Amino acid sequence: MAATLVEKIFSRKCGRPVRAGEVIMAPVDAAMIHDITGPLAVQKFREMNGRKVFDPKKIVLLFDHQIPADSLPAAENHVFLRKFAIEQKIENLDIKEGICHQVVMEKGRASPGEIIVGADSHTCMYGAAGAFSTGIGSTDMGFVLKFGALYFRVPETIRLDIHGDFPRRVGAKDLILALAGKIGADGATYQALEFAGETMHRMGMPGRMTCCNMAVEMGAKVGIVPPDNETWEYLKTRRKGTTPFALESDHDAAFSSRHRFDVSTLSPKVATPHNVDQVVDVGKVAGTHIDQVFIGSCTNGRFEDLAEAAEVLGNRSFHDDIRVLIIPASRAEYLKAIRKGIVEQFVAAGALVEAPCCGPCMGGAFGLLAPGEVSLSTSNRNFKGRQGSAESFVYLCSPATAAASAIRGEITDPREV
Amino acid sequence: MMRTWKFGDNIDTDAIVPGRYLTIYDPVTLASHAFEGTRADYAKNVKKGDVIVAGRNFGCGSSREHAPIALSGGGVRFIIARSFARIFYRNAINVGLLPLVCSDADEIADGADLVVHMNEGYVESGRKKYAIEPVPGFLKEIVDSGGLVDYARNLEEVETCTGSRS
Repeated sequence: MAATLVEKIFSRKCGRPVRAGEVIMAPVDAAMIHDITGPLAVQKFREMNGRKVFDPKKIVLLFDHQIPADSLPAAENHVFLRKFAIEQKIENLDIKEGICHQVVMEKGRASPGEIIVGADSHTCMYGAAGAFSTGIGSTDMGFVLKFGALYFRVPETIRLDIHGDFPRRVGAKDLILALAGKIGADGATYQALEFAGETMHRMGMPGRMTCCNMAVEMGAKVGIVPPDNETWEYLKTRRKGTTPFALESDHDAAFSSRHRFDVSTLSPKVATPHNVDQVVDVGKVAGTHIDQVFIGSCTNGRFEDLAEAAEVLGNRSFHDDIRVLIIPASRAEYLKAIRKGIVEQFVAAGALVEAPCCGPCMGGAFGLLAPGEVSLSTSNRNFKGRQGSAESFVYLCSPATAAASAIRGEITDPREV
Repeated sequence: MMRTWKFGDNIDTDAIVPGRYLTIYDPVTLASHAFEGTRADYAKNVKKGDVIVAGRNFGCGSSREHAPIALSGGGVRFIIARSFARIFYRNAINVGLLPLVCSDADEIADGADLVVHMNEGYVESGRKKYAIEPVPGFLKEIVDSGGLVDYARNLEEVETCTGSRS
């Protein structure tokens, strides 16, 4: 019987045909915790009489939200998790590697057909590697730490067939913002968003990660791209011994809905305050005053994103009246940018380049906004108060739009600079 | 006297508890910051037994369990909304806060009295009855246990779909 990609993942795992809507207790292949949701997950694990974690090798532990420790409570949370890692023999990547989702991907901890959970909503990103991965809360994570399994309701799938070539300085972020605008903040609740079609097939892993990362902004459980050569190539050096196999939705699978989307006429998009689905063409908000530009996050902090911003910047400087914060998503991406001279280019242009972490997107560590201030950000959420004061404003855009705007000092169409 | 606190659509978890308080895990302290910057009168005045009423997609955004804990820490036991974001829904049930789906939640007034008739499948407010959807079967056991911790505390192992026990 015809099945969706996600149904096939659960069917492979269970050894029998599984259909959307079924509720099953499935073992997980990996579980990720970080410095914000980790301490509570450990506390819940203990309250559940957990003594030994199900499998220390399947747990990814790192700190990315408040690093280096920005307050005493943060420092104490870090110490608490370090002790837990030693006690349970879990490898602790600590503050060294970068943002959890980027690190899971680049260390090859997510692979096609796997079921992965993370105590962070943007865990939905590992669908870029063909895995079923989803964000859970700390108590569910406590349960996973004890049993290595969790109840899943197998989701229905919304299939998106993406076609066409992106115009100049338009890319994956503009696509996903456009889709968020169309589908809405709860248009995919409890469902999987499958990104397929020739455009996705041609898109590199960084762009796929950007798209899958924001699936949760439409309520989706996972964003997933059918694995292809690109996926297996990406995993070749990261996950030794992985053998490619076919994994895709059948053409006659029962999708809850199916949409075709052409990117060849797409223009740069901006999500306006205070919801991710309030999306407009950049021209509609061009000229809007901004105080801070943030280029980074698990959505857009990869080398390719930084290179996209650097290409727009060229040998110019950022505008004197604004603050530009640039934060690579991981140590590996940071090193690539350093070696290509991009970090020097940014610093020379007037930006602050920070070490890999969540940065202002966390809304508590640093780079906060005062009342009345406006941020233009390549991250994933523009909720009221997300980056500081509840009276501040966050606009979301691509790295190209962020760079162009940082040059002009106001929201700017990247095709015009 | 318990009352309803009415909110609109897309109430996100940053609105429920801002990011700067995420190093806190104590329910009562978290409750003192609930809806800070969104609704100033809430944290000061919320009382045990009060009910939150909202529109669509309540609890969207971050997976932070601080959000349902901040609400239950203030004495809230029920949230009645037209729909919930997925992670928040599971988190709420796990910490013993009951999310109830009610397609007519918009009609319930702010500050009104409200009584939940769980077993009968409705809530009553302003002399009107509003149907609520039953909690899905697999979560009912967790609800009946008072949350996931109590459900899992005495379990030694679970049977997975592979047939193995872990």
